[in-house]
Amino acid sequence: MTVNQATATRVEQSAVVEARQLGLTFQTNDGPVRALSNVDLTINKGEFVSFIGPSGCGKTTFLRVIADLEKPTEGTISINGMSSEQAREARAYGYVFQAAALLPWRTIERNVALPLEIIGLPRAEQQERIKRTMDLVNLSGFEKKYPWQLSGGMQQRASIARALAFDADLLLMDEPFGALDEIVRDHLNEQLLQLWRRTDKTICFVTHSIPEAVYLSTRIVVMSQRPGRVTDVIESTLPKERPLDIRESPEFLAIAARVRDGLRAGHSYED
Amino acid sequence: MDRVRDKIIPVLTILAALVAVWYVAAVFMNAPFQRDLDRRAGETPGTIEFIGKTLSQPKPTMPAPHQVAQNFFENTFLRKVTSNRSLVYHSWVTLSSTLLGFAFGTALGILIAVGIVHVTALDRSLMPWIIASQTIPILAVAPMIIVVLAAIGVTGLIPKALISTYLSFFPVAVGMVKGLRSPEVMHLDLMHTYNASASQTFWKLRVPASVPFLFASMKVAVAASLVGAIVGELPTGAVAGIGAKLLAGAYYSQTIDIWAALVAGSVVAAMLVVLVGLVGKLVERSMGGRPA
Amino acid sequence: MMNSKPSWQVGLALLLCAIAMTTMPLLAAEAPAPMSSGTTSLIIGLIALSGVASFAMFSGVASAAVLFIGAHGAAWLLLSGIAGNEGMARMPYFLLLAAAWLLAWRCVAILSGLKPTSPQIRTFLRLLIPAIFGAWILIIWEAVTRGAGIPFILLPPPSAVAARIANSLPILAADVRQTIFKAVLFGYVVGCGAGFVVAILADRVGFLRRGLLPIGNMVSALPIIGVAPIMVMWFGFDWQSKAAVVIIMTFFPMLVNTVAGLAASGHMERDLMRTYASSYWQTLFKLRLPAAAPFIFNALKINSTLALIGAIVAEFFGTPVVGMGFRISTEIGRMNVDMVWAEIAVAALAGSVFYGVVALVERATTFWHPSVRGGRA
Repeated sequence: MTVNQATATRVEQSAVVEARQLGLTFQTNDGPVRALSNVDLTINKGEFVSFIGPSGCGKTTFLRVIADLEKPTEGTISINGMSSEQAREARAYGYVFQAAALLPWRTIERNVALPLEIIGLPRAEQQERIKRTMDLVNLSGFEKKYPWQLSGGMQQRASIARALAFDADLLLMDEPFGALDEIVRDHLNEQLLQLWRRTDKTICFVTHSIPEAVYLSTRIVVMSQRPGRVTDVIESTLPKERPLDIRESPEFLAIAARVRDGLRAGHSYED
Repeated sequence: MDRVRDKIIPVLTILAALVAVWYVAAVFMNAPFQRDLDRRAGETPGTIEFIGKTLSQPKPTMPAPHQVAQNFFENTFLRKVTSNRSLVYHSWVTLSSTLLGFAFGTALGILIAVGIVHVTALDRSLMPWIIASQTIPILAVAPMIIVVLAAIGVTGLIPKALISTYLSFFPVAVGMVKGLRSPEVMHLDLMHTYNASASQTFWKLRVPASVPFLFASMKVAVAASLVGAIVGELPTGAVAGIGAKLLAGAYYSQTIDIWAALVAGSVVAAMLVVLVGLVGKLVERSMGGRPA
Repeated sequence: MMNSKPSWQVGLALLLCAIAMTTMPLLAAEAPAPMSSGTTSLIIGLIALSGVASFAMFSGVASAAVLFIGAHGAAWLLLSGIAGNEGMARMPYFLLLAAAWLLAWRCVAILSGLKPTSPQIRTFLRLLIPAIFGAWILIIWEAVTRGAGIPFILLPPPSAVAARIANSLPILAADVRQTIFKAVLFGYVVGCGAGFVVAILADRVGFLRRGLLPIGNMVSALPIIGVAPIMVMWFGFDWQSKAAVVIIMTFFPMLVNTVAGLAASGHMERDLMRTYASSYWQTLFKLRLPAAAPFIFNALKINSTLALIGAIVAEFFGTPVVGMGFRISTEIGRMNVDMVWAEIAVAALAGSVFYGVVALVERATTFWHPSVRGGRA
């Protein structure tokens, strides 16, 4: 059903996420804090969009607004033409958190099965999807292990498998590799790109690493803090096929420099 | 403002609901006996009058809250504290053995904890027994301690205090072992790099780290100590103390007295726990702890 | 190995042996069944030889084994020598007992220092070391009560308590049936169940939770056991009144712990369930209850002890002529102290078994929790 709706919207316009004049103000003990302000953004089908900016710039908040984990106080957001709440109820996206957030009392397999159980899929289909997604993230053979028996990188891969098991076209990832060491991170970045090319999903990816953002994305959204807003949107000119050593190419470095300038500009604006 | 809305109002509402339920229960539980009385007296009171009567029986099955409150107030504030009927007097008797036992128990618990943390043989041999002994209904020993000690001429405060000691040393020992072991490996390594002696590590690292644990377990211990003192008053037909008051009330079916004694016991318990908590907070603050 | 170096325990034990030898005999002259000089020298020989031999051993295990045999052999001879000679022991008897105990201490110290690689041996040591400690409490208790002739009503020797247990199994069984299988189990199940249900209710209704939680916390510090006389008045002398006390005592720990446990699942996990558009009950059963399991088991363990205490103490306020609390209070009135100890031993055993069963179920269901699997968080 989700897929059909998504296809229907793609026929008219290929926008998966559309934010118009989006703003969000938190009420805290120290008074109101403006986390997002005047965000206008359209994310199209099949894009890989990274959000980058200093801590507290609202990039995670924006992702949470898409996921209906926060309600915007101004403006509108639509996902596949639906409101964010409808989209959540239609299970239109998979979400990957900063930490793997696997349930320690379930095996990897049963962790991946969790969303499928909640949707209420029949057992056979659950099995089939688990097998498919475990293959996608190269975790076959670890189905019966418990999360705490795996390394941090493998745990995060399992949580990606869990988000993919849904078969939603939109994948929201909030600094999924932030807690991992650089070597594991490179490896997972490579795998993520392969996965994206194979599945043709739309991915929104929050990070604070410039190389990661440039390496992964087709578009990079640079944000600045207080109030969180979009200061620059950079289209990547890199090809879809990206080996790791593309990061030494002049083209890559040029994009990275633009991102860095954008970040710096956002910062000086603040001072 | 938020505190009033989020804490005080819900608590007061629930308490009010409990009192209301209590009144209703009192009417229903006392009704059969009241009907009996009225039948014998040949009276047929109206509903309101009947309810009023159920709430003012001298020995009700379920005393009404105001009866308990009145009894508690009279016996606490209106009697001389030396009077045999004064709740202050009975509370004091129980409180004194509670405090004595609590002091012994805490000292013993700390001593054992220090031993366990520093002597591996003690840790391996004694610790399992301390944990196992938590599973044993220790209060069952209480009557025997009282009677046996009375048989050899030890009566009064000491036997009850012994029971309190026994009950309060376990939580302190266990909590203190946890506390003395709570410093992080990194801090212990730091002391190691300073070539600090065992006693320096103990006083400068382990003791300060254990303070929150000590006070948390002392709160449990003081409550247990009070229970020990009350139960210690049960088997001998003791003449004074909250336990004796409960027993006498049960013997003469003075239900209102029982409830008032329970209220007195609860007030003492609450005061003790709050007091220990307060001292704990003061100590932690003076040690530069973060105010929570 | 450094384990077999001379130690102060063994040195002191040898010194005590020497003093004992100069102050012979072990028992008073009028003892009806005096210990033969052969037995006496065997005891001294065992202690001295195993002590010295423990220095000479090249491995810790070997010297521990030698000490174990020496200490317990000597203890056995000392205990069998005192039988029939109650109250006749003289100072050297206690000196030798102390010497044997020092050897056992040294043995435990060596065993505690061992770091075996095989998990089976580790488990064995974890059980053996406290077992030696417990055995020595019994040995010293037995030897001192018999040797010094401590009045029977003050403290009966463990052997007398054991004999009493063996002789009154039917009575003890009837008491256990009355107190544990009726009052405790019924009260425990109902009390814990009610606490759990109210906790779920409080979880759904925020107002109820904010009101109930402070009250629940406060109540857990109160001497609830005092409601026993009231319950006896309301529900009669039989087990129902005891079960009522147990219900009240177990209700609040369960309530407070379950509410705390339901708040224990992480924000991220709860957000995750939200992104699945999971219903309240799905989130409860798939995430929050499993995450609360360690807290719930904590309450179940606390309550296993509380339930037993509640039922036994409530029986002090009146029972039919059966039940553990009843037996304790009446037998102590008749000065049958050994029966009281027998009942306490049974209560201790029942308490440990009860706790043990809960702990085993806990290990099986919360195997994933860091405190159970002993790993990193």
